[in-house]
Amino acid sequence: MSAKDRNLLTAFWDFFCSLKLTIVTLILLAMTSIIGTVVQQGRAPQDYLKEYSETTFRVLSTLKFTDMYHSWWFLGLLEIFALNLIACSIKRLPRVWKTVREPVLVPAESLYRTLANTEEVVVKGQSVAQVAETSRALLGKTFAAPVVSAEGEKVHLFAQKMPWARFGVYVTHLSILIIFAGAILGSLWGYKAYVNIVEGTATNQVWPRGEEKPIDLGFQVRCDDFSVSFYGGENAGRPKEFKSLLSIIDGGKTVVDQRPVIVNDPLTYKGITFYQASYGTTGEPNVRLRVTERASGVVKELSGRQGQPLPLPGGGTVRVADSTAAFQSFGPAARLEVTPPSGAARSFVVLQKFPEFDAQRGGAYIFSLLDLQQSYYTGLQVAKDPGVWVVWLGCALLVLGSLVAFFLSHRRIWVTIQPLAGGKVGVKLGGSAHRNQPAFEIFFDEVKKQLRDELAA
Amino acid sequence: MDSTQLFNIVTIAYFSSMVLFVVYLATRSKVVATIANVLAYGGWLAHTAAIGWRWYESYQVPGGVGHAPLSNLYESVVFFSWTILLIYILIDLKYRQRAVGAFVIPFAFLGMTWAQLNLNDAIEPLVPALQSNWLTYHVITCFLGYAAFAVACGVSIMYLIKVGKEGGSGNAPAGGILALFPSAKMLDDINYKAIMIGFPLLSLGIITGAAWANYAWGTYWSWDPKETWSLIVWFIYAAFLHARFTRGWVGKRAAWLSIIGFAATIFCYLGVNLVLSGLHSYGGGG
Repeated sequence: MSAKDRNLLTAFWDFFCSLKLTIVTLILLAMTSIIGTVVQQGRAPQDYLKEYSETTFRVLSTLKFTDMYHSWWFLGLLEIFALNLIACSIKRLPRVWKTVREPVLVPAESLYRTLANTEEVVVKGQSVAQVAETSRALLGKTFAAPVVSAEGEKVHLFAQKMPWARFGVYVTHLSILIIFAGAILGSLWGYKAYVNIVEGTATNQVWPRGEEKPIDLGFQVRCDDFSVSFYGGENAGRPKEFKSLLSIIDGGKTVVDQRPVIVNDPLTYKGITFYQASYGTTGEPNVRLRVTERASGVVKELSGRQGQPLPLPGGGTVRVADSTAAFQSFGPAARLEVTPPSGAARSFVVLQKFPEFDAQRGGAYIFSLLDLQQSYYTGLQVAKDPGVWVVWLGCALLVLGSLVAFFLSHRRIWVTIQPLAGGKVGVKLGGSAHRNQPAFEIFFDEVKKQLRDELAA
Repeated sequence: MDSTQLFNIVTIAYFSSMVLFVVYLATRSKVVATIANVLAYGGWLAHTAAIGWRWYESYQVPGGVGHAPLSNLYESVVFFSWTILLIYILIDLKYRQRAVGAFVIPFAFLGMTWAQLNLNDAIEPLVPALQSNWLTYHVITCFLGYAAFAVACGVSIMYLIKVGKEGGSGNAPAGGILALFPSAKMLDDINYKAIMIGFPLLSLGIITGAAWANYAWGTYWSWDPKETWSLIVWFIYAAFLHARFTRGWVGKRAAWLSIIGFAATIFCYLGVNLVLSGLHSYGGGG
């Protein structure tokens, strides 16, 4: 390797270690991210052409603005961000590791000069050993038990608290890399898919988003029932709950039996999770009616599918023209169409909740709606993500790491006791905190005062 | 009387407090500052009671509607104002710099006024997607974070005014209203402390949102505009935190980053709902 190459390499390394790069990358990430919130992401070309001219669309798609979070340049920025994190940590961690693992037990004069908090006391009439003992006891009581080292006639004390707090920032940095790793795991070995299952049927295939071929689950999912419930009172018509009863059949055995799956309560089987996402109706509903012939008093129950004409006592037919599970706040309702043997058809609404209501209409027949059974399909979101736990681990470390980095401080106190001319003893006291210096200053002043008092006593 | 009326009283208390803080800056009367602060603290206590009351009221609505009052735009704005006062009180207890009130209480007052005058205050039932404990964790952590950023923004504005008038040197005393401002060094410190509180809370807010999304939809991150904007805010404050250790980025630039960060926060909170489309359409129903 030539000197020039080495220079280039050093320059390259310095570039990735620089904190300026961190700030610039973060600001660039923030600014470019805005694009994807203004331009819709991952739509079909025709959707964009409705909104933009062809030239604009071509520019947008060349710049990958239509799927920017997966574009080479955005991922590139994230890679620079990750490399910057790694480089910064590699550069700084060994020094911090040394500070924590091999603290300076025998401080030189020069070390005291670098400390923000120092104090010197001269004691008369006591030996070095006596002063050292008093100082040791005081530090142990007010701060932390010190390590005592002798150096010739000098005695040094060193005490520290929470040295590991210095690792908080590196844990935070590592956590971001862990989150990235989890996301990569998920995108390599996971998928997002969906499936619609009609009540009473089962399937073993789900459809990944944006792809033509289904994925085989390796087991069967059956939807036994789907239901929607609504709020009552003045909030009638607002959905309260969407619920699917799902069963899983694996190797011919029912391993999960009619487990209710609602929004915010998914079902997981063999690493694959099923989420209640949507629903719809399928086919015409089944309707059950009770009809009373006013003249004869004959009561008859009728049942059939919506749209199908049902025979009435005394001739003629009734047909359910339309129905709904929630008619305003009145619940299930059906619009009936009665066709007498001769004459025009008449149409009116009956409500399940008010079976006697139709009597007031005054027709030849009195109808009550007994039951309305709509057949539904449930729309399930299906996800497999083996990286999700890695992401949660990263998130937990991110929060823990940043709390430690911001709020905990590595505090150190050194004391050097040495004989001075004339039988006096000199005590030098110094301390530092790597965070929250003002609070440490107050604490240090207190230690200083107590030491003076005790040595004077 | 119901909780809405108590919220009106809270709004009036914040308004009076804000006006008195401005009067304090003009007259330098310590008594005025104390009254302003008492109004702020009292207003916050009433605010706390009113939120609890609204919570109770939601359980009195027939039809199983009861839930923590954190679900629609009105409730979130009211809660946001509450968290701003909470962070203000914490900072006030620590630093006792009354001038800060004149720059922080207005945010809470604006929020309450907007909520009381323009937003739909009906107690509405939760749609299925919102029926989750994650809603509470997510909203509380996000808004505590937002509130810390609001305080940081107010303090940054003070910093820029102070440094601007004093010619950038920092600690040279200035006359007039500025004399009541904390020193530039202290303003910078409060700014940093507030963001130090806000950043882990924002991180937690994003994480609880991701956990909830994963639980409800099966994907913890989908680059939805709301998610993306919360990440943009996170990037800006991460840049701010690193700027403190970088020469040339401390002082004015850091203060500007804090103000831009709060502007992005507000856009994330309101702009995304009002301007862009996405998953968090709580504004739509109201």
